[in-house]
Amino acid sequence: MQGVNSTVKAKVKYKKRHPSFASRFKSNLPLLLFVIPGAIWMIFFFYIPIFANVVAFQDFHFSAGGFLESLRTSSWVGFKNFEFLFSSNAAWVITRNTLLYNLGFIVLNLIISVFFAIVMSQLRNKRLIKVYQTSMLLPYFLSWVVISYFVYAFISPNQGLINSLLTGSGGKAISWYNAPQYWPFILLFIGTWKSIGYNSILYFASAMGVDPTLYEAAEIDGANKWQQIKHVTIPALVPLMTLMTILAIGNIFRADFGLFYQVPQNSGSLYNVTSVLDTYIFNGLTSTGDIGMSSAAALYQSFVGFVLLMISNAVVRKIDPDSALF
Amino acid sequence: MRQPKKQISSVEVRSFGHKSNLFFNILLAIFAFSCLLPLIFIIIISLTSEQSLLADGYQFFPKHWSLAGYEYLATMGGQLLNALGITVLVTVFGTLVNATFTSTYAYSISRSSFKYRKFFTVFCLITMLFTPGMVANYIVMTNLLQLKDTIWALILPLAVSPFNIIVMRTFFKRQVNESIIEAARIDGAGEMRIFLKIVLPLAVPGIATISLFAALGYWNDWFNALLYIQDSHLVPLQYLLMKIQSNIEMLTQNAAQGAQYAGGMANIPQEATRMAMVVISVLPIAISYPFFQKYFVKGLTIGGVKE
Repeated sequence: MQGVNSTVKAKVKYKKRHPSFASRFKSNLPLLLFVIPGAIWMIFFFYIPIFANVVAFQDFHFSAGGFLESLRTSSWVGFKNFEFLFSSNAAWVITRNTLLYNLGFIVLNLIISVFFAIVMSQLRNKRLIKVYQTSMLLPYFLSWVVISYFVYAFISPNQGLINSLLTGSGGKAISWYNAPQYWPFILLFIGTWKSIGYNSILYFASAMGVDPTLYEAAEIDGANKWQQIKHVTIPALVPLMTLMTILAIGNIFRADFGLFYQVPQNSGSLYNVTSVLDTYIFNGLTSTGDIGMSSAAALYQSFVGFVLLMISNAVVRKIDPDSALF
Repeated sequence: MRQPKKQISSVEVRSFGHKSNLFFNILLAIFAFSCLLPLIFIIIISLTSEQSLLADGYQFFPKHWSLAGYEYLATMGGQLLNALGITVLVTVFGTLVNATFTSTYAYSISRSSFKYRKFFTVFCLITMLFTPGMVANYIVMTNLLQLKDTIWALILPLAVSPFNIIVMRTFFKRQVNESIIEAARIDGAGEMRIFLKIVLPLAVPGIATISLFAALGYWNDWFNALLYIQDSHLVPLQYLLMKIQSNIEMLTQNAAQGAQYAGGMANIPQEATRMAMVVISVLPIAISYPFFQKYFVKGLTIGGVKE
């Protein structure tokens, strides 16, 4: 008797949990409609472009008949584009520049913004902290075009402030936009300067979240300021530091286009030190018109970036699962 | 009676001693000032007379001040107003679209009763792992969607932000209790009504944050214009600045049409005018962001990517 009863119950439950497809669809329809615009956007700005990467294996030419027509009329060339790309000197230069600059940014950003964040969290004058933060955020909110004007005001060859100071003190003016030896420092400085405010506020928020009783306990135990920072503040910041670093390493193959294109004003004589993957792809796409080569570079960039993101996430998940992205 | 024991406030506990406090204050003040200095410099240049600029270059303390740059901008009208109009239009409309699409998507995937929640969450997360790349995006925009030289080329690429969707999903989950939604549904409210009347008011801080980021993105965008815009009527302000930087003569070419400037063609204060345009493009941000700053800071901490 009991057995029969329970199977009947089970059946009823089963029916309840699985309403017909139509009614299920209907009850989910409003929320589905909410998702549709975003999903369509993702299809056109992510999923189709991902597929469009096949042009890297083509000798691609635009056809007036639309995208499918262009795909159909362009001939397949296998890995030819990649062979051309990697046999050129450019591939090495742009990879080196992209990696080294981004590595520089990761290290500088991490050290300086954590330093500023800790210092700000320990300052006595709360109102001054607000003033500092507001000023430091300004560059973050400005576009690279505006920043490039800032840079130009200082290093313009004819009117720039630095050159007039140099000539004023008896030195020789420097033609900055034709002097590649200075640009690694300029770019590292500007790139870090622009983002330090944002990053240090991020770490600052985290440092202020530290339970004050921990400091009290440390003080009672006789820890001095430096020991408190080392053993209380920094460990509290480590998860955020890890997260930010994985994100940055996942993006290490992607350069900030504005910084490398606009700030050096796309000056040809600086290419050796300023050209990165993004500017190379852009120049190939727009001025030289070599779509095959730049699409190969773009796919190379996306692919390596994806692999790096996966590796860095896997490493972090092994060390500290809570800090991993996914 | 007061205890003679020294009270330690939490401020005392986490603060520097007085000497190091002063030292680090000076250090931070120097850096903070370095962030404002270039903008101050640009403002000074825009207020310098053209003769001073040509004779001494850009100086913090110019010999002759002049408003000529701004006066010329006022007569220039056309091109500048058009660019400003495009930027404002794109920023306002784009921000509306971005905030709407991002928050509705995030809201749906935050609801545990939504059957296709898993699918659409993954659908969005995948877009963050891989980038299609500039070339593929360019081909789709121009060849498939045929949007080159349309205003949509400036709006659509920034219309949805997958990262913000994930951030907002966490925000909705935390701010909006499922039981409130359930109660409203039992009372007979439809999904649309629930979203507009119950969810939105609760989510104002989050939506304000993503809207501000979107507005900033649109206002500062020049990259999409660089890729997709050739028509001079569709040039936004940032792209106009960019073009004038590499080719200052554009300013005078434009004057040939107007030719109203009192000083005559030869005396157009090119340098000062150019910097005055930079000042005008920066001013709305520089004036407003200190007031919105708390939202930006909140946005950073609004919810980790993970639950």
